[in-house]
Amino acid sequence: MPTVAIKAVGLTKGFGEGEARTVALRDVNLEMYFGEMVYVVGPSGSGKTTLLSVLSGILRPDTGTVLSEGVDLWSLKNDELAAFRLSKIGFVFQDYHLFPRLTTAENVAIPLILKRKNWDESLVEAAKYLDIVGLKGRADLPPVKLSGGEQQRVAIARAIVGQPDILIMDEPTASLDGDTGRSIVSFVKENILNQNRCILIVTHDSRIYEFASRILHMEDGRLTNEEKGKEDED
Amino acid sequence: MGGILKLAYKLLVNDRAKFLTLLVGISFAVFLMIMMMSMFAGVLNRASATVINIGADIWVMDPSVQTVANTIGLPGYVLDATRSIPGVKFAVPLFSGGALVKLGNGTYQAVNVVGLDDTSLFGRPRMLEGSIQDIFAENSFIVLHDSEFHKFGDPKIGTTFELNDHRGKIVGIAETTSSSLFGVPTLYTTYYRAIQYIPNPRFTISYVLVEPKTPADIPLIKQQVKALGYLALTREEFQQRISDFYMYQTGIGMNILLMTGISFIVGLSISGQTFYTFILENLDKFGALKAIGTSSRVLIFMILFQASFTALTGYGLGVGLCTLSTTLAKMRLPDYASRITYPSLLLALVMVTIIAAFSSYIGVRKVLRIEPFDIFRG
Ligand SMILES: Nc1ncnc2c1ncn2[C@@H]1O[C@H](COP(=O)(O)OP(=O)(O)O)[C@@H](O)[C@H]1O
Ligand SMILES: [Mg+2]
Repeated sequence: MPTVAIKAVGLTKGFGEGEARTVALRDVNLEMYFGEMVYVVGPSGSGKTTLLSVLSGILRPDTGTVLSEGVDLWSLKNDELAAFRLSKIGFVFQDYHLFPRLTTAENVAIPLILKRKNWDESLVEAAKYLDIVGLKGRADLPPVKLSGGEQQRVAIARAIVGQPDILIMDEPTASLDGDTGRSIVSFVKENILNQNRCILIVTHDSRIYEFASRILHMEDGRLTNEEKGKEDED
Repeated sequence: MGGILKLAYKLLVNDRAKFLTLLVGISFAVFLMIMMMSMFAGVLNRASATVINIGADIWVMDPSVQTVANTIGLPGYVLDATRSIPGVKFAVPLFSGGALVKLGNGTYQAVNVVGLDDTSLFGRPRMLEGSIQDIFAENSFIVLHDSEFHKFGDPKIGTTFELNDHRGKIVGIAETTSSSLFGVPTLYTTYYRAIQYIPNPRFTISYVLVEPKTPADIPLIKQQVKALGYLALTREEFQQRISDFYMYQTGIGMNILLMTGISFIVGLSISGQTFYTFILENLDKFGALKAIGTSSRVLIFMILFQASFTALTGYGLGVGLCTLSTTLAKMRLPDYASRITYPSLLLALVMVTIIAAFSSYIGVRKVLRIEPFDIFRG
């Protein structure tokens, strides 16, 4: 029996008031387990990013609860939420959000430094993770000197350097060409996913569907149906 | 917290262009503020030169006297009455007034003449050359070796001149602690000779200088002098009175205040604006930091550190620049009246702190408002 990583019950979220009101989430329920790589797919505007933000403790839902490792996320205070995100969740943003004026290694080291780890040790650790994502020897370059795919890998290294239980990636292939996108997601599945980690990917890139453990379809703020991954796996 | 400080430091300093603009803005503002205040301090110090050089503890004067240069003669009974106040150890007259001197080469030069009490020579300067006793010889004058010395033709012992058609002779050269504001050389002679050579209205005593028996006697002395209808001030009070005059009644103070204020506003706007741009350009990065799990407290801490680091570095550079330019100016111009005082350094530091606080405030406000959710939405 796999362990639940995140359990969401009855999530709703709307934006704006009156005529301008849009409802981004309508009674969303889901469970994600350690060891699986879950996709949320659906057309633009269907509420994927909103869902991911609510699940990861970034955006407060109007109703509903999110449970992660026995913690009711939305009962936490803001600073507790920040501490939870720092220790449990790794983020890969769509636009990476790397710091152009820091070196690649310094970018990767940020979560460790925020965890009050000493600067030099953090950089040593960061260099190890750059090795893991295949960027050995790039530690001292600024991120702008790297290609899009390489920057994506830096963002992944930064997301996993703190060994989070949950990795969240928003449209990880959106700014990459097809082959690069596929190879990165494949790499994540081979090297980053493990039995103690759950990966949530939001995408509408059907070329990477084959790597999913499960695919949740989203439409107009609702999870409509669920597919098993293409690969046969237990 | 060490790593977080280093992170904040790198984010700030690695943006070279902006960091330099910030530093230049703050250093320049600090430089202007301190220079303005130093000039003023120099002017004020010189305005009190006679008070500092004579060094008497208590000065008795007409209540209308505002500066040491504009003396109002005191009738002789003030001296006698002062001498009879209990607590007065001794009281002597001092003459201070302007005169015109015709130098050996035939040119005229305005001078300030100080006449010291004949019996005590109280307030006498320290001699560099010659003996103070020679002041009693006929036509004798002692010249102060201040920044105006050369205007007297760089006199030597034995140099002669004419003062209001009287013959005068330099018998000594004396040291001074403070040069005068008025840009004229200073001659010392005896009180008696001074009032003989320099035409005066009825009353010839410029000030009565008083030495109290103990500092505890000062209040009583002041009170008794007041009862006579005159004013007794301690040395410090007199200097303050002179400062107040230049500060509040000449426009100099207002101008200095204005310039200091303008420098402050210039510094504030340059650095506030640049810091704001710096925050704005990095807003998404701060948002990413927030999303990753940086608490508001840590973000505020980072911004405060960045602002105060810049402010203090700029302050250091500004003070260094002031010291350098003042030193250079003094090497070229011995007359240069500028003094970097602790109060002006402190005031500039306070202003820089305000600049830093203001910049941090707008930065913090902006950063706390970011919704990390917007980072996801791109
Ligand atoms: N901050 C916001 N203010 C107003 N409307 C928003 C906001 N964020 C999202 N929305 C709306 O909610 C809906 C879902 O958005 P989003 O979760 O970004 O969709 P997706 O990621 O699937 O493209 C959209 O209609 C979007 O316009
Ligand atoms: Mg989206």
